[in-house]
Amino acid sequence: MTGQATSQAWSSHEGAAALAAPTSTEKRRAFDWRLLLGFFLPVAIALLWEAAVTLGLAEGRLVPPPSRIIAMLWGLAQTGELWTHAWMTLWRVLVGFVIGALSGIVLGALSGSSQTLRQLLDPTLQALRAIPSIAWVPLFILWLGIFEASKVALIAVGVFFPVYLGIAGAILSVDRKLVEVGHVFRLSRVQLARRILLPAVLPEAVIALRSGLGLGFMFVVAAEFMGASEGLGYLLVDGQQMGKPDQILAAIIAFALLGKTADSLLVAATKPLVRWQDTVRERL
Amino acid sequence: MLSFEHLAKTYADGTRALSDINLTVHEGEIVALIGGSGCGKTTLLRLIAGLDRESAGRIRLDGEVLSGPHPAVGIVFQEPRLLPWLSVADNIAFGLDGFSTAEKKARVTHALEKVGLVEHAGRWPRDLSGGQQQRVSIARAFVTNPKVLLLDEPFSALDAFTRASLHEHLLGLWEETRPTVVLVTHDVQEAVTLADRAIVMQPKPGRIFDELPLTLARPRDRTGLPFETSVRRVLTALDHSLKAPQQQPQRERDRQAAALWW
Repeated sequence: MTGQATSQAWSSHEGAAALAAPTSTEKRRAFDWRLLLGFFLPVAIALLWEAAVTLGLAEGRLVPPPSRIIAMLWGLAQTGELWTHAWMTLWRVLVGFVIGALSGIVLGALSGSSQTLRQLLDPTLQALRAIPSIAWVPLFILWLGIFEASKVALIAVGVFFPVYLGIAGAILSVDRKLVEVGHVFRLSRVQLARRILLPAVLPEAVIALRSGLGLGFMFVVAAEFMGASEGLGYLLVDGQQMGKPDQILAAIIAFALLGKTADSLLVAATKPLVRWQDTVRERL
Repeated sequence: MLSFEHLAKTYADGTRALSDINLTVHEGEIVALIGGSGCGKTTLLRLIAGLDRESAGRIRLDGEVLSGPHPAVGIVFQEPRLLPWLSVADNIAFGLDGFSTAEKKARVTHALEKVGLVEHAGRWPRDLSGGQQQRVSIARAFVTNPKVLLLDEPFSALDAFTRASLHEHLLGLWEETRPTVVLVTHDVQEAVTLADRAIVMQPKPGRIFDELPLTLARPRDRTGLPFETSVRRVLTALDHSLKAPQQQPQRERDRQAAALWW
């Protein structure tokens, strides 16, 4: 009797909750446990390898088991080395990214908004883009020395091209129909740029900046290979020369975490600007 | 008063979109431009809005020659063309840049009431239906109190019910300030519902074929006999305009005959 009563109360309570807050239940239901399936393969392989090395089936000298990599990371973090190197790498990427992105935005905006400037700038920039960025390294070292300036320059070059192409392309593809709305309300060139072109290109600009940042992280490794005493790239080279594969893998993991965090921060920082977009971007 | 004098437009590829348009639209009059596709209706509207330049002739508004977009001319496009990054209220306020914040707010609120979207003021355009978006677009054009309002088939993408309700919203807004309205449409019912005069146009090159005054009393009863009669008159004129290419040689012969007589 009482059991029935409680079960009824339960169901009606549930019903009321569902009616009152359909969004929260939807959200809760929206979490798909199958997403965790993606973790299965790497975790399984890691555990198998760990077991194989522990049981003596494999030596694990060149391919260290996860426990050794974690211990290495932990050790580097304890001595503070990890933070010094990560901070150095991050600093280089940031400075290079800011320089490359700013020049990419300015030149991209110029070449996107004026046909004369596009015909003046674009062929040269496209020709320069065809040069593999690493090919600049010897020249940068001759010009700027072996220290920070040449590294930052290489990263800036790597960041510049995707940002330049993205911004110029975004401006060129702004809907003519929206620009006409601006003409009808007699906006000046500056007003048109501020009130229509800028907001219209923001979503693509964010994507351009993200791919620029990704390339920034790619080039920082190259830059740190060419002679550095600090940075995650140095840890890689050092691990190779000292025969410490666990240090190499630790540095690789640190790179992955650093890159992903920087990208997420960029996405979070730009999200309020592109909130209005009617797309599926939120899922990415 | 809006007048066209020998207005012509030839596109760069040689297409003669309009040739020798002469027409006067009185203040506060609603004129419907009607005709088959490719007869230059939209081109004419774009010339008035200043989005394209005429090849010959001129457009005058109260004696002033229009060259380029004019503050007293507003336009509602075929698509809503709302700015997706602005809220509904900010979209309506888009053309009110020179006004004080209070004036802006008062005008936007009034326009929102008029089109019945007060509760949607803070939403994004993407959250509105097609009919609601077009109402925002109409409000955006009206809010600057234009002397001339251009409507480029603004209701063509909507279903019949939405269209009828938008006609009411439009006439409600028009009653307030009585701007001159030039409406492009291919819907005869719509022309007879809204317009004081129907201008029937003819393609290749776009030109005026006939003018029909529509003098029914407002508000118009769409089910009454006079309405039916007007619709039929416009339809007949449209029919003739489409058959006209065969009549053209006849007229040409008449003109040659007249020349011989001289």
